Amino acid sequence: MKAIALFNKDWQSELRTRYAINALAMFILVTISVILFSIGSEKITPYLTGGLLWVVIFFSAMSGLSRAFVSEEERGTTMTLQLVASPSTIFSGKLTFNLLLVFLMNIAITILFILLFESFTVQNYSLFLISFFFGNIGIAISSTIIAAIISKASSKGTLYPVLSFPILLPLILTLLELTKFAMDGDTVEKAFVEIAVLISYDVIMGTASYLLFDFIWKD
Amino acid sequence: MIDYKIEIENLRKVFGRRLIFDGIELELNSGSVYGVSGPNGSGKSTFVKLISGLISPTKGKVMHSIAGKEIIEEKLHNYLGFVSPYLVMYDEFSGLENIEQVMKIRGLNIDYDYVTYLFDEVNLKERKFDLVKGYSSGMKQRLKFVFALIHNPELLIFDEPTSNLDIEGKEKVYKLIKEEKEKGKLIIIASNEIEDIKQCDSTIDLINYKKAN
Repeated sequence: MKAIALFNKDWQSELRTRYAINALAMFILVTISVILFSIGSEKITPYLTGGLLWVVIFFSAMSGLSRAFVSEEERGTTMTLQLVASPSTIFSGKLTFNLLLVFLMNIAITILFILLFESFTVQNYSLFLISFFFGNIGIAISSTIIAAIISKASSKGTLYPVLSFPILLPLILTLLELTKFAMDGDTVEKAFVEIAVLISYDVIMGTASYLLFDFIWKD
Repeated sequence: MIDYKIEIENLRKVFGRRLIFDGIELELNSGSVYGVSGPNGSGKSTFVKLISGLISPTKGKVMHSIAGKEIIEEKLHNYLGFVSPYLVMYDEFSGLENIEQVMKIRGLNIDYDYVTYLFDEVNLKERKFDLVKGYSSGMKQRLKFVFALIHNPELLIFDEPTSNLDIEGKEKVYKLIKEEKEKGKLIIIASNEIEDIKQCDSTIDLINYKKAN
C-alpha cells in the first residue's frame, strides 16, 4: 500500500510537471518520423521492422525512464523520500511507476509501427504478446535500478545509456528473436527456451535490484 | 512517558581525505533538548544526518531504541521528524497536498484536525491550498515543521530550525520545541544561532571531536 501511495504521488506529480511523458512522446514521434523519412518508398523486410521496433523502444526507454529517480535528485527531494519511506517501499513505488510508463510507451510505439509500417506483420499474436509483456517488465526493472545508480552521478545523461546497454542487451536480443518467431508464425512451444530466458531475466533482475537497492539508495 | 534513547559509539566520519569528526561517544535520552554547535564546516549537518540514518558513518555506530527495544534502520523514519535547510518539499503540490502525500506514503491515516492545528501553529493556515512553488523561503521553512511533526515522532532533529524565519516565526519554533519537550520527546538542534542553542539543555560542541588522524 505504501508503494502504491508513492506511485500515486509520482503519477500526480507527472501529470502536473510532464517531466517524463513529454520527453517520451517527443522522442517516439521524432524517432519514428526519422525512420519513415529515411526509408522513403523503399520496402523493408518484416525482420528489419521488428528490429527497428526494439531499437526505438530501447532508446525511448533511455530518454524517459531515468526520470523516476533523476527528477527527485534534481529537485532535491531525495531526502524527503528517505525521511518518509523505507528503501523497499521507494524501489517498489518507483518500479510501479516505470512499469506504467513502459507499458504506455511501448503500446504507443507498437500501435504506431502497426499503422505506419506495412511490413510489420505478426502471425502469432499470443507469442508476440507474451514477449511484449515480459519484455516490458524486464525493461522497467533494469531501467529503474540503473536510474537509481546514475541519479547521484554528475553526467547522468551519458551514463544512463552506457550503463543500460550491457544490462539490457541480453533482453533486447531475446526479444528480437521472439519477435522473429512471432512474425514467422511459430508456436509458443517452439519459442519455449527464449521465453524461459526472458522470464529468468526478469526474475534475476528483479531480485538483484530489490536486494541491491538499499546499498545504492544510501549515501 | 516516551523512553527513546540514542547511543553513539566511537563515531567517525571522513569525506575523501578530510576528517569531519572522530571518537564521538554519547548517550542521548528523551525528555531533553540537545544542541549541536560548532563553526561552519565542523560537521553539524553531517552529524545530524548520521543520527537520522541518511548517511553512513566511516566508523562507529548509532543505535536507536525505544522502551529498550532497538529500532532497525529501515524503520527509523517512522520515529523521526526532521527539519533542515536542504530538505525540499514538492513544488508542484500545495502545502496541504505535500502533507497528505507524505502521510499516505507513511501508511498513516490523516487527522485533519491535527493538520489544521499544525498549519495554524506555523501561520500557514491561509496558504495551505497554495502551491509550494509560490511560497517564500520562510513559508517553506514553516511547512517543514508541519512535515516533521505530522506523524507525531518520538525523535525530532532540527538543523538550523530558524533559518529564513522572521522574529514571529522564530518564537513559534521555540514554542513548538518547548511543547514537544514537555511531551517527553528527544530533540536535537544543530545551529550556530545563540537563541537556538539557548533552547537546549546541553550542547555537543563538535570542535572537541575534530582531532588529528
